[in-house]
Amino acid sequence: MNIRKKVHNHPFLQRLRTSLNGGLPPWYFLLPTLLVGISVLIPLAYLLLRAFEADRALSVELVFRPRNLLLLYNTVLLAVSTLIVTTLLALPLAWITSRTRIPGRSVLTLLGVLPLAIPGYVMAYALLGFTGEDGTLNSVFGIHLPRLSGFTGALTAISLYTFPYLYLNFRSALSGLDPSLEEVARSLGCRPYETFFRVVVPQLRPAYYAGALIIFLYVLGDFGAVSLMRFETFSYAIYLQYAASYDRVYAAWLALMLLTLTSSALIFEYKLLRGLFFHRAGTGTGKKTQLTELGAWKWPAYFFVTILVLVSIVLPVSTIIFWMLDAMPLERTDSLVRALRASFTASAPAAFLATLLAIPLAYNSLRYPSRISRGLERVAYLGYATPPLAFALALIFLTLGAVPFLYQTLAILIIAYTLHFLAEAIGPVRSSLYQASPRLEEAARSLGYGRLKAFFLTTLPVMRNGIIVSAAFVFMSAMKELPITFLLAPVGFETLAVNVWSSTSEAMYSRAAPYAFVILLISTLFTGLLFAREWFIKRN
Amino acid sequence: MDTLLQTTKLSKSFSSEKVVDRISFSINRHEIFALLGPSGCGKTTTLRLIAGFEHPDEGEIRLNQRTLNADQQFVEPEDRGIGFVFQDYALFPHLPVIRNVMFGLKKSDRKLRRKKAEEVLCMMGLRDFMDRRPYELSGGQQQRVALARAIAPTPELILLDEPFSNLDAVLRQSTRAEVRSLLKKAGMSALLVTHDQEEALSFADRIAVMNQGKIEQTGTPEEVYYRPRTRFVAQFLGTTNLISAEAIGATALTEFGRVNLDRPASGQVTLSIRPEHLTIEAYQKSHDVHPGKITSKDFKGHDITYRVLVRAKEYLVHTDNRLTFQAGDRVIVKPLETAVVLEE
Repeated sequence: MNIRKKVHNHPFLQRLRTSLNGGLPPWYFLLPTLLVGISVLIPLAYLLLRAFEADRALSVELVFRPRNLLLLYNTVLLAVSTLIVTTLLALPLAWITSRTRIPGRSVLTLLGVLPLAIPGYVMAYALLGFTGEDGTLNSVFGIHLPRLSGFTGALTAISLYTFPYLYLNFRSALSGLDPSLEEVARSLGCRPYETFFRVVVPQLRPAYYAGALIIFLYVLGDFGAVSLMRFETFSYAIYLQYAASYDRVYAAWLALMLLTLTSSALIFEYKLLRGLFFHRAGTGTGKKTQLTELGAWKWPAYFFVTILVLVSIVLPVSTIIFWMLDAMPLERTDSLVRALRASFTASAPAAFLATLLAIPLAYNSLRYPSRISRGLERVAYLGYATPPLAFALALIFLTLGAVPFLYQTLAILIIAYTLHFLAEAIGPVRSSLYQASPRLEEAARSLGYGRLKAFFLTTLPVMRNGIIVSAAFVFMSAMKELPITFLLAPVGFETLAVNVWSSTSEAMYSRAAPYAFVILLISTLFTGLLFAREWFIKRN
Repeated sequence: MDTLLQTTKLSKSFSSEKVVDRISFSINRHEIFALLGPSGCGKTTTLRLIAGFEHPDEGEIRLNQRTLNADQQFVEPEDRGIGFVFQDYALFPHLPVIRNVMFGLKKSDRKLRRKKAEEVLCMMGLRDFMDRRPYELSGGQQQRVALARAIAPTPELILLDEPFSNLDAVLRQSTRAEVRSLLKKAGMSALLVTHDQEEALSFADRIAVMNQGKIEQTGTPEEVYYRPRTRFVAQFLGTTNLISAEAIGATALTEFGRVNLDRPASGQVTLSIRPEHLTIEAYQKSHDVHPGKITSKDFKGHDITYRVLVRAKEYLVHTDNRLTFQAGDRVIVKPLETAVVLEE
């Protein structure tokens, strides 16, 4: 008894308790969270292990190869250029659709989001199939353009796919700004354009940094578009080393360098965002934003949007259809069905697992806020930020080294998807958890239900919508995923994405078309559903 | 009296800040007890400690002679048999009203549970709303559903956390009276937490006034209102005149004359006298006390508040509307009741 009390009052335990001021979550929530943390960190440790396996001289030689510098230059060049292009596309579009009275705004909004349904490698495929000697452009219109490739090709494909991320961030920031600030600026003598640059733009910074980080990380991790366009970035080089030269030590080093680059981006973002919080001062409900009357300026606005829609949506869709008609009649229906089944058997369990794990992660960090629970949640984001090829490589090293029976199995593929896309599942689950007040569970407990039962009966049903969205997000992302699938899938396990990539890389555009079409169909369906749902919720 | 709940030297800190500081009080069976205090005084934490949502650092909570927070076996909230009505009601948004009320009834079959829930809802006048979702109800209706849900399993004690604060002023008064009579009819014991002194005075049988984690005074509404023990209690329960005066035995000498004290004292004391326990008269030469001057008059219909300046000190005097003086009139202030000697 006395000893018990002594242990209880031990200074270390007391300090631990204060740092966990919300108390410790129950074990059934803590355990999955810890599991996720370990599963993300251990593969990365294996990556280090593998890289440092080489003797010193070799390591030094690998790290200081001049080729690395070229890869660094290419990767950063592509990332920065993509940021510039996407900003130039997203900011005007966001302004037009959220701040003007242009007719047809809701359609334009949807069109601005739709390119999300066209993955980077499908976009690359479409661009390749559109240009060149046998491309759509030449065969239909007789216009000859050299086949897009290299830097320009990669930049175009990635920008057209990723600009909606920035667009969505800009749009929500623009419509969330306090209109009084702009009115004050006008009353202090600023012209509309001055107001825009001196008051609006500075307030968009947090949204811009967040969107820019997503795009930057995406470019670092992209494998599909750069490999099809044959533009050598780190990701593409890792793949070449691993798949073509079987030089695993160099591949590990390249992956480490890419990870360093990723971490630098994360730290840079953190530094930029620190202390940059724009709160709405003053209370009460915000006023409605004043919308700008475009007048004759609406024609240039329409022109801009039309070109964007033509290039980002019409071009890929029509190119895919063109090549599909070329391939008619489909003699490969069975392989299409097989690919569809493969995509589904890997993505559906991953969606389920990721959502299942996201619930305790979000729950712990919201209900038991402490440095530890926040740290664990960040580890999940680390799994997302880690470039997929580096992550897949790390998992290969881990399975080969520690659990060889898992190597090239469906199980390891599902685990990889789960850990990589877990962060996507956390968002919606987390925001739905905000809607379930902790009082609900307490009410259930005061009515005689145990902790776990109270959670299942009250919080979980309230979170239902968020859980569905999370699962849909992860399912969609896993369905489109290419590099992880490439490295980790069992032999002969070819998903839709892998089929598109391998046919395109051999310039067999008509063979790739049906797979690309199915991907497009599924992701459009999901994107549409998610946005319809969001609109529906807003209406009510 | 039959004690139902007893807390002894209950303490709780959050990151080194002592929120609840050695609180002791007891609630009798069939009694409605209120914890009254300003926001941040620790009253809600006390409530959550009793419900079992928080673990006390020290002290003891006993319900029906049973210790709820013994070192070895902490009684979980679900095993305490204590009902809780939350400030924001915490109605389950995914369940209709009837299922919300049935939620806590688990020991019988479905038909019986439904019947019991319907009974409680009818008693609350919610018969027509049983199949609605919580968000389809008004604030007052939601409040009654929350109460119905807490009462349905017939807990021994029901805790109410600022249950009327989300209602508008008119609804608040009628709901308060209704809830009080419902609790009394059901023979329940209740602990109410509020920052609204009027609510505590009219709703509770006994009140504990809390300040900075401590209980300053416990007593019936009349006791704490008419005989406040401390300066804080005197000021928190409505407006009062705080007067420093020289006491000699049963009386004390103030700027406006001699007043009787509620208990004998001597030396420098602080007195509290409510504005309605003072009155004013027109000054005449024959008066042997200092005259005062009316500095402002606040006419509120059924009564009037005057501010009277006597030798550079201002006093509040609450009179009925038949005394019609004007600002600037010379008057004397006369006590109608004894002044209360406050503890320093």
